[in-house]
Amino acid sequence: MDLQAIAFYTLAAIMLAAAGLVVTARNPVHSVLFLILAFFSGAGLFVLLGAEFLAMLLIVVYVGAVAVLFLFVVMMLDVDFVSLRSGFAQYMPVGLVVSGLLLVEMVMVSGAVASSGAAAKVKAAAVTGRSNIEEIGRVLYTDYVYFFQAAGLVLLVAMIGAIVLTLRHKPGVRRQNIADQTARTRKSGLSIVKVATGEGISE
Amino acid sequence: MGDIQDFWGTPVGWTLITLGEVLLVVVGVLISLAFLLLADRKIWAGVQMRKGPNTVGAFGLLQSFADFIKFLMKEIVIPAGADRTVFLLAPLVSFVLAFIGWAVIPFAPGWVVSNINVGILYLLAMSSLGVYGIIMGGWASNSKYPFLGSLRSAAQMVSYEVSIGFIIVTVILLTGSMNLQTIVEHQSGGFWNWNVLGGGLEKNWPMAFVMVPMMVMFFISALAETNRPPFDLPEAESELVAGYQVEYSSTPYLLFMIGEYSNIVLMCAMISILFFGGWQAPFPTPFLAGWAPILASLFGLVWFAIKIVFWFFMFAMIKAIVPRYRYDQLMRLGWKIFLPTSLVAVAVVAGWRIFTSV
Repeated sequence: MDLQAIAFYTLAAIMLAAAGLVVTARNPVHSVLFLILAFFSGAGLFVLLGAEFLAMLLIVVYVGAVAVLFLFVVMMLDVDFVSLRSGFAQYMPVGLVVSGLLLVEMVMVSGAVASSGAAAKVKAAAVTGRSNIEEIGRVLYTDYVYFFQAAGLVLLVAMIGAIVLTLRHKPGVRRQNIADQTARTRKSGLSIVKVATGEGISE
Repeated sequence: MGDIQDFWGTPVGWTLITLGEVLLVVVGVLISLAFLLLADRKIWAGVQMRKGPNTVGAFGLLQSFADFIKFLMKEIVIPAGADRTVFLLAPLVSFVLAFIGWAVIPFAPGWVVSNINVGILYLLAMSSLGVYGIIMGGWASNSKYPFLGSLRSAAQMVSYEVSIGFIIVTVILLTGSMNLQTIVEHQSGGFWNWNVLGGGLEKNWPMAFVMVPMMVMFFISALAETNRPPFDLPEAESELVAGYQVEYSSTPYLLFMIGEYSNIVLMCAMISILFFGGWQAPFPTPFLAGWAPILASLFGLVWFAIKIVFWFFMFAMIKAIVPRYRYDQLMRLGWKIFLPTSLVAVAVVAGWRIFTSV
């Protein structure tokens, strides 16, 4: 067995085990940590496919940002997971149906992609000598530029929506205005008062 | 000879040679860290007109090794109610992630463990993972101060990663590559070709006005990303005792600390590579062609080391002379100043590349 095969089976096994543990772990924080492990192994599989750019994006975006926020939220939540798990058996059939459907879809899609000669295309792309960053850039910014822009707009709308939903302007909050502070001069910030002995100062 | 060549080509040989390279880099970095740590303390002491560690070895040179042995000898205390696995995993994660980034750093011409095409993205990814060690440690300690520290750290590192990412994009745009080796080679021929001056003074000189501020912003973001003063809020001793590391002792604490310093030195290496030409000397080096390859590589390594040490000196000085930021100031700086500025810089550099490369 060559090194690539060993690496593939190791990563795939770790990924599957981690994915299983995401669902079965008692502690939600452990679940998120296993999810991160699964993402990480997924990135490793991308590297094996020669898609190192996608692998790095997966790590930067999902592991580095999204999962951190997940972890953040799960750590802050104080949820009683024993009561949540009580319905597990009840919802099990629905979950099984959904995951079964997903599995069938995935198999069909990958079968279709494989039979259309995707492997040959990958080899052809490797022959052109361009790195896959360049290839992705070419495809994304020429053939699919409108979709790309539209996706960006959708994300922008979602972001603005989230801000609008959560933004509260509390009246009466005193904020620091740094420009004001630095614009203070001796004249506006200081006054020298002559105080008569024994009288003190009153406002 | 032929047999040996064949052997290095086999999977076993390849594994052995890679393991050897990895060990060499890790041991080299660890030993350098021991002395850099001492330098950090000495510089800090010097600014405060103290002597710093000066007892163990000449000038205290062996202080770090003495500390190392002391850390190993101490008892590992695990707090009651802590999540044992995660508690012990956190420093390991921190340590491993701090060293994994060195895999793509080109130390000298051709001296790199793994010369991958997305080297710079890899570095960004690994530095963004560093937050996990801290957040896991803070949570697993099952204590208030560490938890607050880890939450602060998570927010801080995620915020500054964004501006670091955009600053890196400006460098990528200037050089047209994500491969660190290519980025360094692009800056050859003297300091006027370094990216900090726009990468090529006669053609790209206006970019110096963009890249110098970008370099300064990268340095400040690197301070925030590595939780160094003035942005050391995750471990602010005046409010959080020591933040996420309160409950750690002995070897786990040592791993945290080595990881932290390794990250700092990695950031210094990144600044040197991205903006200051990595292993390139600050003057044209046509005479290197006549040298033996190993000597030429060592020549590059020396320059790289000098640059790293210089930037480490800056890190140490900043620790000594700049007061700590308040948390809202930190967030304001990251999101309201660095992010917009770096976005504009990306647009400017991209425009410059488009309209001048024709």
